[in-house]
Amino acid sequence: MSQENGNSAFIQVRNLKKHFPILRGVLRRQVGAVQAVDGLTFNIYKGETLGLVGESGCGKSTTGRAILQLLKPTDGQVVFKDQELTKLSGGELRKARRHMQMIFQDPYASLNPRMTVGNIVGEPLEIHNIGNAKNRRKRVQELLKLVGLNPYFVNRYPHEFSGGQRQRIGIARALATNPDFIVADEPISALDVSIQAQVVNLMDDLKSELGLTYLFIAHDLSMVRYISDRVAVMYLGRIVELSDRDQIFEYTLHPYTQALLSAIPIPDPEKEEKRQRLILEGDVPSPANPPSGCRFHPRCSYVTDICREEDPEFRDLGRNGAEHWVACHHAEQFI
Amino acid sequence: MPKLLEVNGLVTKFYTEAGVVNAVNGISYSLGEGESMAIVGESGSGKSVSVLSIMGLIPTPPGRVDAGEANFNGRNMLALSTNELRDIRGREMAMVFQDPMTSLNPVLTVGRQLTEALKLHLGMDTNQANQRAAEMLDLVGIPNAEDRLSDYPHQFSGGQRQRIMIAMALSCNPSVLIADEPTTALDVTIQAQIVELVKQLQEKLGMAIIWITHDLALVAGLVEKVVVMYAGYIVEQAPVHDLYKKPLHPYTLGLLHSMPKLDEKDQTRLASIAGLPPDLRQTFNHCPFAPRCPYVIDKCREENPPLMPTGPNRTSACWRWEHIREETGFGVNV
Repeated sequence: MSQENGNSAFIQVRNLKKHFPILRGVLRRQVGAVQAVDGLTFNIYKGETLGLVGESGCGKSTTGRAILQLLKPTDGQVVFKDQELTKLSGGELRKARRHMQMIFQDPYASLNPRMTVGNIVGEPLEIHNIGNAKNRRKRVQELLKLVGLNPYFVNRYPHEFSGGQRQRIGIARALATNPDFIVADEPISALDVSIQAQVVNLMDDLKSELGLTYLFIAHDLSMVRYISDRVAVMYLGRIVELSDRDQIFEYTLHPYTQALLSAIPIPDPEKEEKRQRLILEGDVPSPANPPSGCRFHPRCSYVTDICREEDPEFRDLGRNGAEHWVACHHAEQFI
Repeated sequence: MPKLLEVNGLVTKFYTEAGVVNAVNGISYSLGEGESMAIVGESGSGKSVSVLSIMGLIPTPPGRVDAGEANFNGRNMLALSTNELRDIRGREMAMVFQDPMTSLNPVLTVGRQLTEALKLHLGMDTNQANQRAAEMLDLVGIPNAEDRLSDYPHQFSGGQRQRIMIAMALSCNPSVLIADEPTTALDVTIQAQIVELVKQLQEKLGMAIIWITHDLALVAGLVEKVVVMYAGYIVEQAPVHDLYKKPLHPYTLGLLHSMPKLDEKDQTRLASIAGLPPDLRQTFNHCPFAPRCPYVIDKCREENPPLMPTGPNRTSACWRWEHIREETGFGVNV
């Protein structure tokens, strides 16, 4: 399966860009652009979990929102169910949204505090005109049960629930219209460690039960390794590496991914003592003014002249039929 | 190792309109000179409140330290006056907070904020203080330290601001540094930088460290001993190697098993801890972890276990620690 052979792909993302204009002065003239997402091409296959990782500001959340058209992309195509989402009208888009939903990061901010749980979970059904009032009520109770909440909670308000329970409500809402594709934007980062595992296990169960496809956005690489089938690593608006989970973690090709992996602490003092840390210097540059050539070059320890001048191509270095996409001039030396 | 800080039977409560919240329920621990230790727990476990109590930083009302003592260099911190405490805080005992974005004053230059403690505690004049402040910034790895003293906090990145906080905390050469989740708001690559920095500084300056965190993985390579808190109690404390190799409290065991390991290829289903942390408005005459514990027996529901010695320098507050020691793996997959 190659990136360009789109037939088997469930969702095809081509050259996706999202730039936010920087406006200055009385006339609000555009003086520049924050290149939050700058030319992403990848596929998401049916039934898989694609993990999207990167540090804050790398554009991973913007990518998720641009795929769902919650943010209008500046350029590029997103094909989902034979429809080019970027070309759809408002009404058509609303119809398509029935099949693609989102789970948000902050379970405290993403639920309306004045609505009951029943209304929150039932709202998508109303918007899409699914069933009558009685059916909807039944469906809401089913959904609550599905995510492990008591169906009698329908008349309660969000503040009566803990963080983990609220995230379950958010998941129930996302599942209400029976979608095939869900973008989960850091669904567990706001939760305590012991509750994170509960929510991740729930998402895993629902995936196999309902045949879902996930785009799982996170910054926690150990959780991403656990939940994903394939992993994409983003840096400053670009995907720098994309491959099967085990390929990425064991045969890492991009220096940024290597540094990211090396920065993750392992809960084992003996391994920690033996570990050779690769510590990145400096901070992530501003996406309004990205470095020339390879965007990672100012922080990279393998940097050469070509990296400063030429933008590396995103190419497939996979062997034995496996895909391994990487954007680095020197990736061959890590094989 | 001579003892630097000894906390005995510390009890802190918050008297709120909704009831009395038992935030810290009689905890005791000690810290040697130059020793590094971690207090690990989830939100609401009392990990931050326990050190804020010692430093006299609990907002009163509603909070109140009701019992206990905290002997620091031979003085009981809990019995000192506000002025005496102020003399110790920042000089002998310094703290770095979680959020570097909000713990610096945005309208004062970094230099002004760095020199404040130097002038106040060490009686330096402006020139001396500026020189020392520049040295400190240089020490924590901020380039062009001298020029940057006149910059404002917004001109620094998140990681740099946390470096400035560390420089500020260490400027008076404290004998203990308390770090309250200093890397939680930072990205992993920046977190790795800060952790490395603190390790190097400890080697160089020899201060003791209390690192407060919710992340068991983070402190594995960082400290010598770990204290695990749950619902305002210490449930287990042990030297770092022993704790990770053989946790002897079901909560520690559960925490370790609910984290996926980055370096393990075949990942089995995560063992989550069922249920939710308890409401702290109750007083516990049973084990606070019993409702979520896969090892629970009748005794756990009847009597709250004290910390029992389970080996050299380690204790666990579990009636069944011997059973857990004999077992391998985590009992129940919920």
